[in-house]
Amino acid sequence: MNRTKIAVIGGGPAGLAAAIEAKKAGTDSILVLERDRCLGGILNQCIHNGFGLHTFKEELTGPEYAQRFIDQAQELEIPCRLGTMVMSIAMAEDGSGDKIVTYLNREEGLVQLRAEAVILAMGCRERPRGALSIPGFRPAGIYTAGTAQKLVNINGFMPGRSVVILGSGDIGLIMARRMTLEGAKVQVVAELMPYSGGLKRNIVQCLDDFGIPLKLSHTVVDIEGKERVKAVTIARVDERSKPIPGTEERYECDTLLLSCGLLPENELTSALGAVISPVTRGPEVNESLETSVPGVFACGNVLHVHDLVDFVSQEAGQAGRNAARYVQGAAAKSSEGDIRVTAENGVRYTVPEIINPARMEDTVTLRFRVGAVYQNIYESVYLNGERILHRKKKIAAPGEMETIVLKKESFEQVKDLKSITVRLEEE
Amino acid sequence: MLYDVIIIGAGVSGCAAARELSRYDLKILVAESAEDVCCGTSKANSAIVHAGYDAKPGTLMAKLNVEGNRMMDQVCRELDVPFDRIGSLVVCRSDEDRSVLEKLLEQGRQNGVPDLRIVGRDELKEMEPHITDETQWALYAPTGGIVCPFTLTAAYAENAAANGAEFMFDTRVERVIPSQSDAGRVFCLETSKGQLQARVVVNAAGLYADTIHNQVSSEKIHITPRRGSYNLMDKTAGSHVRHVIFPLPSSKGKGTLVTPTVHGNLLIGPTAVDIDDPEGTNTTAQELSAVVETSGKYIAGIPYRETITSFAGLRAHEDAHEFRIGEVKDCPGFVDCAGIESPGLTSAPAIGVMVAECAAGILNAEKKKDFDPVREGILDPKTLTPEAYRELISQEPSYGSIVCRCESVTEGEIIDAIRRTPGARSLDGVKRRTRAGMGRCQAGFCSPRVMEILSRELGVPLEEITKSGGESRIIVGRDKFIG
Repeated sequence: MNRTKIAVIGGGPAGLAAAIEAKKAGTDSILVLERDRCLGGILNQCIHNGFGLHTFKEELTGPEYAQRFIDQAQELEIPCRLGTMVMSIAMAEDGSGDKIVTYLNREEGLVQLRAEAVILAMGCRERPRGALSIPGFRPAGIYTAGTAQKLVNINGFMPGRSVVILGSGDIGLIMARRMTLEGAKVQVVAELMPYSGGLKRNIVQCLDDFGIPLKLSHTVVDIEGKERVKAVTIARVDERSKPIPGTEERYECDTLLLSCGLLPENELTSALGAVISPVTRGPEVNESLETSVPGVFACGNVLHVHDLVDFVSQEAGQAGRNAARYVQGAAAKSSEGDIRVTAENGVRYTVPEIINPARMEDTVTLRFRVGAVYQNIYESVYLNGERILHRKKKIAAPGEMETIVLKKESFEQVKDLKSITVRLEEE
Repeated sequence: MLYDVIIIGAGVSGCAAARELSRYDLKILVAESAEDVCCGTSKANSAIVHAGYDAKPGTLMAKLNVEGNRMMDQVCRELDVPFDRIGSLVVCRSDEDRSVLEKLLEQGRQNGVPDLRIVGRDELKEMEPHITDETQWALYAPTGGIVCPFTLTAAYAENAAANGAEFMFDTRVERVIPSQSDAGRVFCLETSKGQLQARVVVNAAGLYADTIHNQVSSEKIHITPRRGSYNLMDKTAGSHVRHVIFPLPSSKGKGTLVTPTVHGNLLIGPTAVDIDDPEGTNTTAQELSAVVETSGKYIAGIPYRETITSFAGLRAHEDAHEFRIGEVKDCPGFVDCAGIESPGLTSAPAIGVMVAECAAGILNAEKKKDFDPVREGILDPKTLTPEAYRELISQEPSYGSIVCRCESVTEGEIIDAIRRTPGARSLDGVKRRTRAGMGRCQAGFCSPRVMEILSRELGVPLEEITKSGGESRIIVGRDKFIG
């Protein structure tokens, strides 16, 4: 059987950054498995700029940002298998703690790979029309924003000329601008929630600048057209997200794009038996970004959906370093001292979900999202009921991920640590 | 071109009839208005093989249901179709309703359904851990099952074609005109693709069977499109129930069922709403919430959040609620296969034989010696041993390339589906044959790849690739800066 120390599942921004940092941390045997025909993942179709502001202090396009990591991986001579689909990850039956990764490609066929550690970096998928229970016909002309983005930016084809968009996720906003630049008429963006799911800068740059209306608290209530979309009807919704009769507006169009949420792709993770968070739909991880299966780490959108790729790279680098420590035998194995972070009062979840101060690097980065739009709110962290952080935010919204960095010494100062709580407070 | 038999409609009934007729030495054509087989009622139904206790004893529906159920094992073996006899349960919530189960039981026995029995709460709870607390009794029919309606229809068509039957798609029959010629009685069919002639016409036109029938007969029939909406859940939800679970039947049908599909998804539905439009397969918010509400009454904890798609299908409900199969009295040579609503899919094997015998009888046709009843399915490499899979990829590398990641469908399978006769020509055609695009992302990732493969294999530009034929093109042109 083929062997590697670390198998990285996915060659997008997360997988590449993880592999690079693992290699830099001294692990020489790494294999990246990528299902697409080239590295870079979804960034390849994100040809707009705005990537890398945090990481490189300059504005790059998606492919440019990806290329910096691809170049580094090549310089570090990290082997990658392209066109390669991982079919399963399982624990080795010999009790060694190794993982057996079964993958498939045209060149090698069906291969079993023994890995000491695995880094999950499979990314996410878009919520499809069917999962939204939108009533109406099912003609051609209904695409997720990402599918449309691939058709336009990779294949060079227009999926439609007259567009309605449901959902104000970032890809939907980006595609509103992109389709407009390509000559399509984007008539309206409807968003079910009373706030946008995307970044503020995307609303300004992709909708406002082009005069595309954003209708909050609206949803699609009917799709007409038996072969190709002919019209889409939207309506205002009440506080329970139910359409309000009499508020319908009908738009004649040939295309409906959907940008209604991203779902981490964790089928391999679930089959492996890792605990999945019902909130993030990603695996639960500890401060080392290790899942409930020892030696299996997760990062990027497979862990929880991010807004900015810069944060994906940061997080993935950390997963890579921790995986390297694991295979070098330097990581503490005991789960004694694990503390589950409590997310409450407007904080929907945190990643990591579990912190063990004994295993921490000098700092731990807590990422989370809030459940609604808040103004002039405080983000607070409590250890054993004692507030150790109290930070004012002018605005916090579900569309923008929040980040808190905690120092190891804060934890060391608390005796007999039992609880860690992250919450929003009005004062 | 004069055919011995023209079958109007390539749904499961028409294709089953074509396959059974292809046993005879006859020139057969199946004319279908859509771009592929299995585009109407056959593609959007509960995919159930009914045991046969629902239909009134003595009806053709009862007879063909039980016969079709009995034949299903052999047909699915010969044609390589996924079929699983998981058994079905009709559940009820009160002791009063138990009498309805007893009536069904008695009806089933009269119809010849084997091994029916009523089970009490304890046994039921063991069989189905997720039944609600209120659910008390169930009629258990071990011969009930689930089948893949797409594969069954395509397999019938492929086997018919392999035995000489021809297929014409995008061919809408506008008018059937009986006439007398030197060669005897001949039907002239005016179609969207020109004129066709046949000595015998089989009317398997589904929701349009009344229109076709009424063109040649003075005894008018009337078909109402009866819409049924469904929710399909991800495979993670597929094991929530183990049997096909029905509530008590009502005047409109067998009610909203909950069942695993033969591919491991969870299916709930249908509703039953009479409409006017024979193509009105739209879902409505009202019907979709009705599906959720009704199913929750007898099965607890259905993971509705795992819904990956919802859809609606139309049953061809004839006023008399009975299959109309046979030569029309006042139009010799015209064979009806009309009013095929539930249990039409179950009955398809028996319907095929009955229609074929009728048509062959009219023509005094002889059976062929070289009829081959076996159709090999599209190879699913996941079913191979790792060694055999490796060997396959070394011969045919396209089997090493996953196109649909949700359902793990390889390029090799998609190529196979396209190259068959009749083969896939659209995204939906590929989807029904291989499941590419049928998974949890609903074709978000694979559709651009499948389009490329279709374009290459069919030798047509990407712009011409459709979702399901006609005007259902996926793309409308090139970007501004290219070409």
